[in-house]
Amino acid sequence: MKLTLRVWRQKNADAEGAMSTYEVDGISPDMSFLEMLDTLNEELTLRGEEPVAFDHDCREGICGACSLVINGDAHGPERTTTCQLHMRSFKDGDTIDVEPWRASAFPVIKDLVVDRSAFDRIIQAGGYITAPTGSAPEAHATPVPKADADFAFEHAECIGCGACVAACPNGAAMLFTSAKINHLNVLPQGAPERETRVLDMVAQMDEEGFGGCTLTGECATACPKGIPLVSITSMNKEWLRATRKAGRR
Amino acid sequence: MTASSEYTDYATGEPVVDSKAPSGPINERWDKRRFEARLVNPANRRKHTIIVVGTGLAGGSAGATLAEQGYHVVQFCYQDSPRRAHSIAAQGGINAAKNYRNDGDSIHRLFYDTVKGGDFRARESNVHRLAQISVEIIDQCVAQGVPFAREYGGLLDTRSFGGVQVSRTFYARGQTGQQLLLGAYQALSRQIAAGNVEMHPRTEMLDLIVVDGRARGIVARDLITGRTDTYFADAVVLASGGYGNAFYLSTNAMNSNATAIWRAHRRGAYFANPCFTQIHPTCIPRTGDHQSKLTLMSESLRNDGRIWVPKAKGDNRPPNEIPEDERDYYLERIYPSFGNLVPRDIASRAAKNVCDEGRGVGPGGQGVYLDFADAIVRMGRKKVEEKYGNLFDMYERITAENPYEVPMRIYPAVHYTMGGLWVDYDLQTTVPGLFAIGEANFSDHGANRLGASALMQGLADGYFVLPSTINDYLARNPYQDRVTAEHPVVQKVLAETEDRLNLLLSVDGDRTPDSFHREVGELMWEFCGMARTDAGLRKALERIPQIREEFWRRIKVPGTGEEFNQSLEKANRIVDYLELAELMCLDALHRSESCGGHFREESQTPDGEAARRDGEFAYAAAWEFTGTGEAPVLHKEDLVFEYVHPTQRSYA
Repeated sequence: MKLTLRVWRQKNADAEGAMSTYEVDGISPDMSFLEMLDTLNEELTLRGEEPVAFDHDCREGICGACSLVINGDAHGPERTTTCQLHMRSFKDGDTIDVEPWRASAFPVIKDLVVDRSAFDRIIQAGGYITAPTGSAPEAHATPVPKADADFAFEHAECIGCGACVAACPNGAAMLFTSAKINHLNVLPQGAPERETRVLDMVAQMDEEGFGGCTLTGECATACPKGIPLVSITSMNKEWLRATRKAGRR
Repeated sequence: MTASSEYTDYATGEPVVDSKAPSGPINERWDKRRFEARLVNPANRRKHTIIVVGTGLAGGSAGATLAEQGYHVVQFCYQDSPRRAHSIAAQGGINAAKNYRNDGDSIHRLFYDTVKGGDFRARESNVHRLAQISVEIIDQCVAQGVPFAREYGGLLDTRSFGGVQVSRTFYARGQTGQQLLLGAYQALSRQIAAGNVEMHPRTEMLDLIVVDGRARGIVARDLITGRTDTYFADAVVLASGGYGNAFYLSTNAMNSNATAIWRAHRRGAYFANPCFTQIHPTCIPRTGDHQSKLTLMSESLRNDGRIWVPKAKGDNRPPNEIPEDERDYYLERIYPSFGNLVPRDIASRAAKNVCDEGRGVGPGGQGVYLDFADAIVRMGRKKVEEKYGNLFDMYERITAENPYEVPMRIYPAVHYTMGGLWVDYDLQTTVPGLFAIGEANFSDHGANRLGASALMQGLADGYFVLPSTINDYLARNPYQDRVTAEHPVVQKVLAETEDRLNLLLSVDGDRTPDSFHREVGELMWEFCGMARTDAGLRKALERIPQIREEFWRRIKVPGTGEEFNQSLEKANRIVDYLELAELMCLDALHRSESCGGHFREESQTPDGEAARRDGEFAYAAAWEFTGTGEAPVLHKEDLVFEYVHPTQRSYA
């Protein structure tokens, strides 16, 4: 396949960026999208130009590093991560736009690489269960109903890629934040910190400059792991419950 | 005389002795060591700084636990977030001798299975400790909220894994590594928020600082600004993972690299059993030269999938048109009692053998079928979906084939490295104050790792072993003068790092970093992969110095060092692969026996199984660095088997 790429190039965080156009040829439909970019980068390197910077690591859809907006969609046309998107989803002669995540809370570092450390700070605010090493009771001491365990798992699947934020017209991080809150709050082990967790994480989310939720649902559509939109509803319910409980105290 | 023949002319030095190994009954040794180890007064711990490099299962759990104990932890990862370390990609599960199934499991059986699975090249004391700690790991992870699979009664579910006849593997669908890592990451995040861990993401260790014979810090590069800087501590812990990317194509993450351990090796840490690499039997075959990495399909698939190839050579019919009696379920045929669940090294080699016979399937005949048709009939599609759904989806996304309808195609790929920095029972390397944990060390898996044991070892080292043993070192070295950036040793190490980076940028040749990485990787796969020979290894050893010489003449790295520069990162890692690859080949050449994942064609049984030579090779080979391209010195650690008597492994 022969393709025209229009790629966002930006020297560093302070520089102005712009779209640059490149032609790539000999692209196989079995290539992943990132392997197609590898091909471009090999050519650029040989020409003495700087290759396009992009985040990637495991290339099997689980580390959450890759983060490209492709033709306006976070992670491109299929519901998967960029690394698991294959060129068979495109046609010979296509023109493809490649941009970084766009959100004020995710500043661009270089080209297609953005700073997602705001996500780490949301987790640091309360996205854990306090269980110092050595303090654990026997694993079978607390049975967890299968339905609750499955609910926790489905939310724990979040890979922290940030596609939800990139897809949201408001740049909201509600889906990411709610996934962790729902994972931990449904488990008996997470109950003691149930209220502080939701209050602190939501406060941190707001502080990081993410937008608010207007229930457009773009986040859940873009999520490669299928975190459902109702996750946000559950979080709001947890937040309301915690706020009212705090008010009573 | 060529450089390579000088390199193979290595000397054998004094044996390396594990001075921390306790004696006495094996089940009392860990308690004994913990009691003998000195402690650091809780009030004094915050005065001690510990550097931890890496945030995977080993590093993440160690950083969190050391900080909980009161130490000041300074931690590094090259990823943009500690949550992305490659442990996250582990699929199948984690072993623990809980015996929840009442199927005859015990600590002793897990110990026995691991020593046997490692083909008698691991240390008994370490493996027994690992088996003991396994049960605590599950408790710890459940307390953190790791959502393991559960039965309808609310209790934990388990499954079986290769090389084992009990069901002791705990799992979270096909994402066990992700869930365990997020547990450790969350514990670490709590300590970051508390100010006990100073976290440096996007910062890569490029060298080790050794002052007066002790590890006192590291040189690391900020990958955003490009600035190289020095960091100091009372002890340094390397949890930087394995070196499978020396093969270019592997199931490792693209940026997983050997630089931290290789630089530590160059500064005096012995490197043990570098040739012990694991080739995982169930990976998705490569599709072409563009391939940048390989994807593993969890070994758990072998619980219900059946592996086969056509009986006839060159049978090109689609799999569903090949009748039952023209299929060869070769693992079930050769190993009737373990069948499709033989250990990884055996399954991989068997796949290679049938492909070498011309019975492989798919592009280039480099694949075998993993078929779920029987499982779907037996369990129903819904149950198969529940157990393996995400793996099937992943397979379909990559290959555009539906494994519910046509059998998967799989082929072995480099997956894990059992070798690593030599450590004693305390996980301390031969450089005092330098510790290595998780895949970065060599200690527990011998010549072959059993499935679901990597997660167990990483977390055992990080949550439980290191946080106990490092106290002893710190207690014995209580007050040390602070090392500063002005110290001449520090200045020298920093200057060497900067010179190396500047040299890479200045060559301005005509070949890309990837082209060199691919070249050395293909060489390693051919000559130091699933089957190795004296002649092949010598050929590789002749070629590697030539590639290295060409690298420094022709490498092209665009951009500058004072910015985000992924080409420079890659090129710098390849510098180290080009030395490590040589040591891997030498180790494989010197060990003229076969054992576990190390298969020397010259040493096999009449049925083509690995033939160990215990009389000559029952030792761990710990290599001492003497200079690039110069013969290293071999130090042997004799392995003594008091509890598990070495036998020819049999899975028939």
